[in-house]
Amino acid sequence: MSNGVRRGAALEGVRRFGVTSIFFVRLLAACLPALARPRLIVAQIFNAGGRSLIIIMLSGLFTGMVLGLLGQSVLERFGAETALGTLAALALLKELGPVLTALLFAGRAGTALTSEIGLMRATDQLTAMEVMAVDPMSYVAAPRFLGGIIAMPLLAAIFDVIGLYGAQLIGVQLLGVDRGTFWSQMQSAVGMHDVTEGIVKSLVFGVVVSLIAVNEGYQSEPTAEGVGLATTRTVVAASVLTLLFDYVLTAAVM
Amino acid sequence: MSGSGTEAPRMSGSEIQDAPSAPADDVVIDVRDVHYAIDGRPIFAGLDICVRRGLITAVMGPSGTGKTTLLRLITGQLFADRGQVLVFGRDIATLSGSEIYAARKRMGMLFQNGALLTDISVFDNVAFPVREHTDLPESVIRKLVLTKLEAVGLRGAADLMPAELSGGMARRVALARAIVMDPEVLLYDEPFVGLDPISLGVILRLIKHMNQALGITSVVVSHDVQELATIADQSYLLSGGCVVASGTPRELASSDAETVHQFMTGSAEGPVKFHYPAPDYASQLLGEQEQ
Repeated sequence: MSNGVRRGAALEGVRRFGVTSIFFVRLLAACLPALARPRLIVAQIFNAGGRSLIIIMLSGLFTGMVLGLLGQSVLERFGAETALGTLAALALLKELGPVLTALLFAGRAGTALTSEIGLMRATDQLTAMEVMAVDPMSYVAAPRFLGGIIAMPLLAAIFDVIGLYGAQLIGVQLLGVDRGTFWSQMQSAVGMHDVTEGIVKSLVFGVVVSLIAVNEGYQSEPTAEGVGLATTRTVVAASVLTLLFDYVLTAAVM
Repeated sequence: MSGSGTEAPRMSGSEIQDAPSAPADDVVIDVRDVHYAIDGRPIFAGLDICVRRGLITAVMGPSGTGKTTLLRLITGQLFADRGQVLVFGRDIATLSGSEIYAARKRMGMLFQNGALLTDISVFDNVAFPVREHTDLPESVIRKLVLTKLEAVGLRGAADLMPAELSGGMARRVALARAIVMDPEVLLYDEPFVGLDPISLGVILRLIKHMNQALGITSVVVSHDVQELATIADQSYLLSGGCVVASGTPRELASSDAETVHQFMTGSAEGPVKFHYPAPDYASQLLGEQEQ
């Protein structure tokens, strides 16, 4: 890659960061008037959260089942299979729940948000709102942003609960780990701060994924190709930034 | 055409029909010497247009002359690089965000594709501006919306979703939405494109009816000369970023000026180039053959 191309790519990256930052500030300003339309926010919680429920529950179940299987197999080598409940709970609450939920949310709800707003842009719906003296930032963008932020911790919580059930299903019911030990070890080892850490992470991921999804839709080129590219960018950027913020938050808590 | 960077020849003063003089308070929209460029490409270079209260003003011109851009300048979505766009007597570029929104509430706009909100029904689309800008009870909104839908002949389609409408029906719903707040000015962006003869006739009659019955000032941006000629009181022909002719449709039709004649007769030959600038046809074909 030549220096010129590298410089161009770097400049484009800086430009995108700048555009997203300005959009974030405008979005925050639009959140206040959007709160006066709770019906729209509830509708978006359903759109982003409710419609992601099946994929989140299935993924949570399978993740928990893998945890139960691998956890039991590894812990048994050290005679510590009684710690399976603790392992599953901490792994799900602190890491797998928030991160996998955010990645799945970016793929399911994030892409839907981007393409929906992008198509609204391409079909002049946002322009029509502006001409009707209705601010699309507070009518379209902010409710979707807030809906995403609220939906994410709820989805992560459901992912955790189903995941724990999956771990219990394999560890206890299939592989014979003692049920009482599984739950009591978990109760004694898992503190409220672990739960809080997971909630904070999923809130931050909610902000990141929703911001990227709404911004990409809002800034997309009003063409079929433009909306397609914006949707791809949403998945890529939201996934990478989720993992980056996961590291930052984990390091900050430790 | 400004789009290709070439400026169509301006007509001499004698060729341009001056708009009838009007008292200043009779002027609703006044575009004065507007210059506007996109990415260095000039769209307008000294555009002057005057829209008078209660009249239907047609803005015509070939594709790419910036007719839609003109509407965006009038509604304050874009601002002129130079010159003024006076809307209701105030320069739109000097207004604050809330003042621009206040001016927009006095205007309605019909988009080329209707621009209906696709996730809500026809009824909710028409009710949308009313719900956003008033505290009227739902029973009153219902009567208001049904009245407007009846005016465009689509009261029976109130419960349909926009995806279930034909192009002409969508445009009529959009028209009902544009007039639901009883605007002083209605802006029409290419209202006749892609319509079947029945829908076209209905839209034409509706535009005329809105103007005569409700006294709404109308600006119709289009390149459908024949249709506009039947309803417009005043016409402007744009080319090369400025007005090359203005007057009543009848005056434009009888004009001897080359640009006007070419546009009104739909000829490919004339001052407005049909072909995009390209190397010589024969030499390009022969050159490729030799290679």
